[in-house]
Amino acid sequence: MLNKNKLKKLTIKEILEKYPYAESFFEEQQFPLKDKENRISEIFISLSREEREDLVYNLDELLSSLTSYIKNMQEFLGENDSTVGLLSILAGKNKQGEKENYQKLDIKSGEIISIVGPTGSGKSRLLADIEWTARGDTPTERHILINDEVPDKKWRFSGGKKLVAQLSQNMNFVMDLSVMEFLNLHAESRLIDNQKEVVQRIFKEANQLAGEQFARDAQITSLSGGQSRALMIADTAILSSSPIILIDEIENAGINREKALELLVGEEKIVLMATHDPILALMGDKRIIINNGGIIDIIETSSEEKELMQELKVLDKVLTNLREDLRYGNKLKKLSHKLTAVNI
Amino acid sequence: MNLVTFSGPPSSGKTAVILKTIEAIQERDLKVGVVKFDCLYTNDDELYAKAGVPVKKGLSGSLCPDHYFVSNIEEVVQWGREKELDLLITESAGLCNRCSPYIKDIKAVCVIDNLSGINTPRKIGPMLKTADIVVITKGDIVSQAEREVFASRVSSVNPEAMVMNINGLTGQGAYEFSTLLYDQKEDVETVKGKKMRFSMPSAMCSYCLGETRIGEEHQLGNVKKIDLGDKNA
Repeated sequence: MLNKNKLKKLTIKEILEKYPYAESFFEEQQFPLKDKENRISEIFISLSREEREDLVYNLDELLSSLTSYIKNMQEFLGENDSTVGLLSILAGKNKQGEKENYQKLDIKSGEIISIVGPTGSGKSRLLADIEWTARGDTPTERHILINDEVPDKKWRFSGGKKLVAQLSQNMNFVMDLSVMEFLNLHAESRLIDNQKEVVQRIFKEANQLAGEQFARDAQITSLSGGQSRALMIADTAILSSSPIILIDEIENAGINREKALELLVGEEKIVLMATHDPILALMGDKRIIINNGGIIDIIETSSEEKELMQELKVLDKVLTNLREDLRYGNKLKKLSHKLTAVNI
Repeated sequence: MNLVTFSGPPSSGKTAVILKTIEAIQERDLKVGVVKFDCLYTNDDELYAKAGVPVKKGLSGSLCPDHYFVSNIEEVVQWGREKELDLLITESAGLCNRCSPYIKDIKAVCVIDNLSGINTPRKIGPMLKTADIVVITKGDIVSQAEREVFASRVSSVNPEAMVMNINGLTGQGAYEFSTLLYDQKEDVETVKGKKMRFSMPSAMCSYCLGETRIGEEHQLGNVKKIDLGDKNA
């Protein structure tokens, strides 16, 4: 088992050979790796008073900090023990303290679940319960199981790995980077082996989702709403460490929503989608109805509803085409007399 | 009484996080009070008062805010005891990024936000490095990838801290966070005799004593010079 006394005896070179990722620890700590044949303590002693002050930690604290860092990384890289094949939500209580109207909801990886309900009905609380892997210790008293077991506490506190990744309408890119620089930065933080191919693949997938193409060297902050969303979704699907993805509406502009969802579930993610858009909601396998802080119903999408979705897609296509016509300066024409006759 | 010290760069969302957390703590019938430390001005005390929380504010004015904090913390603790608080929260802004008003054996929370840029964890040093819990805010407006990169940077600067995301607007995460702040077994009677986790920024130069003129002949005491590198060129 790794401990700080062991690290104490190793030279920097030996540490980096054994734990290559430790390099970014030294970099973030601004610990000078002057001579890699030296031990940490030897370098520490050679530091000036100012340099030590900048480092903040004393030698002992630095060693424990590095020990924790390596342990975190080992856990982070040990993907196998943390695959989420099945997420279960056990019933809790609504705002009035009444028991929710179900026993246990199982969600398998690759499934899409829509969440519907009025504002303030408790959608955020449900998601927070999942994120916190609740054990009856939240206001709803729900329990969350992963692979039919009480989940490890690491899901609550680790910085690198969260159970739930989120995609919402008001998210923006804030870094001043090109598309490729951005994807490489994210890939580096994930310490994946085949970075080049993965980054290529995300770029390709994102461009297939986006209505309008964008280039590798485009600044991420200058992408359009649809392009940003496409890049975020492709990146989250392929590179995010979180097995569960929460989507808060995907606006129907500049992005192929159906393909986006296919990409996410194709990566064996569990997709939870809060939406009021009927097309999006019906793309789910099931939908959870929330009201007054509790789940009041779980409805499986029926075959009739799937047919309705086809009709909705036609309507959607009509509107999309009109939008395109408008964009390219075409004159718009009346659709049908039947529609004109409908009294709204 | 429990004592928790909060700090973080200006505008990172400390007050919003504390307010949302207090809502969750009050539901457990615990009495919370806040003392807000700031430099020149704050009206956050009104926000706390509005939430029905006993509150005091302290403005350091021309003094280093950290020195001001440590010179007053014992009195603040006694105020909290007089008010019979279950939990006393101190909030202070890390104005020079070198500040870290944390005390050994007293829970320390650092609040930083996703918008501050991915090099910020490295920049704010002691305040982040010596915290027990790091709260990251404003995650609702940046992309998932940026959140992940930011959190991983935080974890490499302070690998021993718990890292949590809280949305200061909706309060998502605040309930969970609140469960970590109060421990029934803990009782802080005084902080006399305790030690800071890290030394405070220091100067003691002619400018500390009111000098305003610029130039080497006016500089006395603890003066540090920038290395522009071309002296011997």
